[in-house]
Amino acid sequence: MTAGVSERLPRLLTLVPYLLARPGIPVAEAAADFGVAEAQLRRDLELLWMCGLPGYGPGDLVDLSFEGDTVTVTFDAGMRRPLRLSGAEAATLAVALRALADAPGMVDADAVQRALAKIEDAAGRAGSPAPDDPEPGGDGVAVGLGRVPGGAEDAVRRAVETGRALRLTYYSASRDAVGRRVVDPMRLLLVDASAYLEAWCRQAEGVRLFRLDRVDDAEVLDEPSAPPPGARGREGSGEDLLRPDDGAHVAALVLGPAARWVAEYYPVESLHAADDGSARITMRYGDRDWMVRLLLGLGDAVEVLAPPELVDARAARAREALAAYGEGE
Amino acid sequence: MTTSPSARAERLVNLVLCLLSTRQYLSAERIRATVPGYSDVASDEAFFRMFERDKSELRELGVPLETGRSTLAEPVDGYRIARGDYELPDIDLAPDEATAVALAARLWDSPALAGAARTALQKLRAAGIAVDPDAASAVQPRLRAAEKAFAPLLAASRAGRVVTFTHRSNPTAEARTRTVEPWGVVSWRGRWYLVGHDRDREDVRCFRLSRIGDDVRAVGPRGAVTPPPGVDLVALVAASAGPPPPTGRARIRLTPGRAEGLRRGAHPDPQGDPDVVEIDLSRVDTAARWVAGHGPDAVVLEPPELRKAVVALLRGSLDPAPEHAASAP
Repeated sequence: MTAGVSERLPRLLTLVPYLLARPGIPVAEAAADFGVAEAQLRRDLELLWMCGLPGYGPGDLVDLSFEGDTVTVTFDAGMRRPLRLSGAEAATLAVALRALADAPGMVDADAVQRALAKIEDAAGRAGSPAPDDPEPGGDGVAVGLGRVPGGAEDAVRRAVETGRALRLTYYSASRDAVGRRVVDPMRLLLVDASAYLEAWCRQAEGVRLFRLDRVDDAEVLDEPSAPPPGARGREGSGEDLLRPDDGAHVAALVLGPAARWVAEYYPVESLHAADDGSARITMRYGDRDWMVRLLLGLGDAVEVLAPPELVDARAARAREALAAYGEGE
Repeated sequence: MTTSPSARAERLVNLVLCLLSTRQYLSAERIRATVPGYSDVASDEAFFRMFERDKSELRELGVPLETGRSTLAEPVDGYRIARGDYELPDIDLAPDEATAVALAARLWDSPALAGAARTALQKLRAAGIAVDPDAASAVQPRLRAAEKAFAPLLAASRAGRVVTFTHRSNPTAEARTRTVEPWGVVSWRGRWYLVGHDRDREDVRCFRLSRIGDDVRAVGPRGAVTPPPGVDLVALVAASAGPPPPTGRARIRLTPGRAEGLRRGAHPDPQGDPDVVEIDLSRVDTAARWVAGHGPDAVVLEPPELRKAVVALLRGSLDPAPEHAASAP
């Protein structure tokens, strides 16, 4: 028994008011809501049955009635409401709500603002903070997504909510081009600080992520969103979602000190740092033109070890560009 | 003391119920005689140690323990819990607000914050609010905090404790020990920073969490650090991590239909040439990296120093020398 009391006590104090609000709830459902096994929840209920008010006679103890697989509180011993939100809990919700309000297109910003006001109001500490406040330092966390809305977010969200297909005018950063396509929306994702639409792209015949601030225009179509039955989004979170597919190419690079930021900025497969400040890395990329643009911008601070066609493509582009500057060899 | 965790949990629930049910302040001795679990403790010393531990457990949880005396005649301070301070106030969330709260609770992809979000949601549900954790499943907001330094820095910021850690100013720099008064951890554009007062440099500093070592230590007492009232942590990070304000503009000739990314953030040519754009210029090296990536599709017309920097990068692509390249700025 390690985690013990500090994990269990909050649940014990919350459980009675939770059950009061849901007479006759199946024990299994309550266990799922609290994220514990049903056996654990039954042990919690048995413990609560032993607790009560001074006197500790039959009429003073918490009383529960079990019927089939359900449970009902018949005496609450004064535990009618949950404990107020702690500073950490209130801050965690409030900061997340502010982040959502700041994420263009993810949710109805008006509902987020109203919810935020109510959470902050409920968390407002009665009277002055106690001298032994466990969190005298404040919220401790803040979020700024720093994204500028692209203008088409509302239409995209409407299509997701109503299950309709979309015609997108979209700037693809990997291809560095704007194109039009019809997609079948599946989900909205916030990955780190950017909002994405996950959708079946009818043109590419695959599931793709579209960054909302790169959607120039979105037209909600009359037809329903109908991704093929097998279409699946990517699992995981964060950069797992953005990592190019397994089938994509792998580059082996030597990064000089001036280019080491690349390994912090993009997901890399492997990294071996050398004493002189350089590093050998391998990284996946989906589109060769994108990779060539990255390499050209790094100049002599990066060397390509493999694949050979990437070495050639980079050199060819650099020669063409130097010629455009009248600086041919 | 060999009390089982289960017996301790039972004692703590009974202690809360007892102190909630009294208007009088109850002395420690009175509590010892009343609440089951204390009476079988043999020595005074063992009892007081146990009672101290229990009080701090409740305070950590956010239970507002009041101390005081009901009458002047009482020889020592007693304890009680004011129901109004303990209970979550009435909170009434409309369905769309409840959905926003459920989404906000799903935002955090870090054990430290996800745990607090989960218990907050359980309390709201115990207050009878229908917050469906799976609401709006077509929206998945995730904000990762994978850095090891995250949890200890968040805890220290909330506790108002000074921290020490090692930090590298860039990936190849030597690690140095910093002593910082932490004001909070901040997610800015998907990257985490610590903001606070650097005691050695006697100034406000922002530190990338990925560049902080695994050796974060909180030193000194709780409550020693208070963020300045009204401080905007996100704005501090934005100013420190963002580009400096532009100092001028660069003129660039683009191949028609190419270099779409450059075109998107650019100003049209004041002289009306559709294939020429102007971009804001703040740092020559950053702009050169971006423009050089487009090779022959983006040719700098002005200013000469940017033109020179781009040509140098392009030459570097033909003659890479990462080990010998100048170290990072």
